[in-house]
Amino acid sequence: MRKIRYVKDITARHLMLGIAIFVIVFLIIIGLSLFFKALPIMKEKNLWVLLTSSDWKPFKGDFGFLPYIISTFYVSVIAIVIALPLSLLTSIYLNSYASGSIRRFFEPVVDLLSGIPPVIYGVWGTLTIVPLISNKIAPHFVDFSTGYTVLAGGIVLGIMIIPLLISIMTEVFRSIPVEMTDASLSMGATKWQTAKKVILRKSFPGIIAATVLALSRAFGETMAVLMVCGNVAQIPHSFFEACYPLPALIANNYGEMLSMPSYESALMFAAFLLFIIVVMFNGLSRFTLNQIEKRYQFS
Amino acid sequence: MKFLEEKIFKLIMIGAAVIIMAVLAYIIGTVFYKGLPSLTWEMITRIPGGGFYLGKEGGVLNATAGSVFIITGALVLSMLISIPLVMYINFYLPKRSFFSAIIRFSLDILFGVPSIVYGAFGFALMVYMGIRASLLGGIITVAMLIMPIMMRSLDEVTRLLPRDLPDALLSLGSTKLEMTKVLLRKLMPGIMTAVLLAVGRGIGDAATVLFTAGYTDNIPSSLGQPAATLPLSIFFQLGSPVEEVQNRAYASAVILTIIILIMSFSARYFSSKFLKNK
Repeated sequence: MRKIRYVKDITARHLMLGIAIFVIVFLIIIGLSLFFKALPIMKEKNLWVLLTSSDWKPFKGDFGFLPYIISTFYVSVIAIVIALPLSLLTSIYLNSYASGSIRRFFEPVVDLLSGIPPVIYGVWGTLTIVPLISNKIAPHFVDFSTGYTVLAGGIVLGIMIIPLLISIMTEVFRSIPVEMTDASLSMGATKWQTAKKVILRKSFPGIIAATVLALSRAFGETMAVLMVCGNVAQIPHSFFEACYPLPALIANNYGEMLSMPSYESALMFAAFLLFIIVVMFNGLSRFTLNQIEKRYQFS
Repeated sequence: MKFLEEKIFKLIMIGAAVIIMAVLAYIIGTVFYKGLPSLTWEMITRIPGGGFYLGKEGGVLNATAGSVFIITGALVLSMLISIPLVMYINFYLPKRSFFSAIIRFSLDILFGVPSIVYGAFGFALMVYMGIRASLLGGIITVAMLIMPIMMRSLDEVTRLLPRDLPDALLSLGSTKLEMTKVLLRKLMPGIMTAVLLAVGRGIGDAATVLFTAGYTDNIPSSLGQPAATLPLSIFFQLGSPVEEVQNRAYASAVILTIIILIMSFSARYFSSKFLKNK
């Protein structure tokens, strides 16, 4: 009887160890399989040409990813520019001003914002942001715009990354020792002065890490951006032109590329590119955030 | 002077918080305002009839059912992996072990991998294994997407358990497996929260199922058949030039939003329950 218990325990332990190793290896498997899928196109074309050419004619065998890369970059940067100040101010407010009840009221707001599916954001974007840009904002700057633009993608994406930014920033702020802010307050500094001179300065690395994390989330967001940004393969010259980010490229062309091996490989290259960038950004910022958390635990 | 600055910035900060709340209300409000008028009982309970995509009769039951099937399968798969894993990290490995730090780190990175990349990888995997776009493909891919989400929220609640509870169990002579079983019961509300969060995320994601689950007007009856999903159904209907079909897209969006709202609020309910009887 006793023996069976121990056999069970040891079997479970080994099974769990197996799962744990699988999870670590899984990341490498994803990377490698995307890499091997993308290998044919990287052999066929120079990597530099793939990344810097803007010719996209899959049926002639021209694969230049520059318009997609630049579109992704623009949309993500606009998103960060919109989301960062809003979430930074809100997090400071929640951290050092708001009472417990306001904080508790705000939690479900952040939860819901992060829970709303990308498709719903897309629907909302096409219903509100796109007409707003086309009718109200764009006429002040350019002659004509459909509204399906870089700006629309950026705005929708900006709202989508706000909950991520807020939840990480409040955690970073919480890791600042209370004695520090108390010291500043007892010297007669106002709450805002304390926030500006103590909290922001102390949590600067954390804020950078949160921003990088949000940026990488923005790079990979597919459906919502696809629905509002127009999907025209060009290098956008202003905020009021259509663009075509990398994830949208993959999503839109997956069905039709099966007949052409080089086309499939090119799309897999796009996925691989996205994967590498996101893993790098994520790794860096998670490492920084873990460091911050550790310091907080020991102090 | 400094009090003036204080006042101004306090106002700006409240403004920012109000903007965020207003945007949330605006999003949900817009979806309901546009979708509710077209939301009929037929929408919920019927599969698409002939000429559905031209504005004729039918509903989106195919998509709702497909989404539910996919998320159920994916949930079972990801629970089978994430629950043992969290137990292993928290109860079997020493508290500050290098190995558990590595596992957590790789899960953090998996958490950040975009759903479209999971979709592409899932598709490559299916081609390799010779599976066509089907319910099974969707289940596997969505399981990959929600596994890190579940694992992270489970890990958070497990870390909140009082440290002396495992010690008490061990001192009574139980093996670690028996101890884990007891603690799992204690963690039940936390597991529910993790499940609901993962379901909410998985059911709303379109990019993962786009190439892996396919699309069909029928309710799938086996794992090998393609399955429609609610987000994709919204997306396809929205792309139609026919106005009735577009209105139905808004109505489907209402269905999806209601599902998400229920998930989100019950997740909150269970997590508050967990914190209470900690």
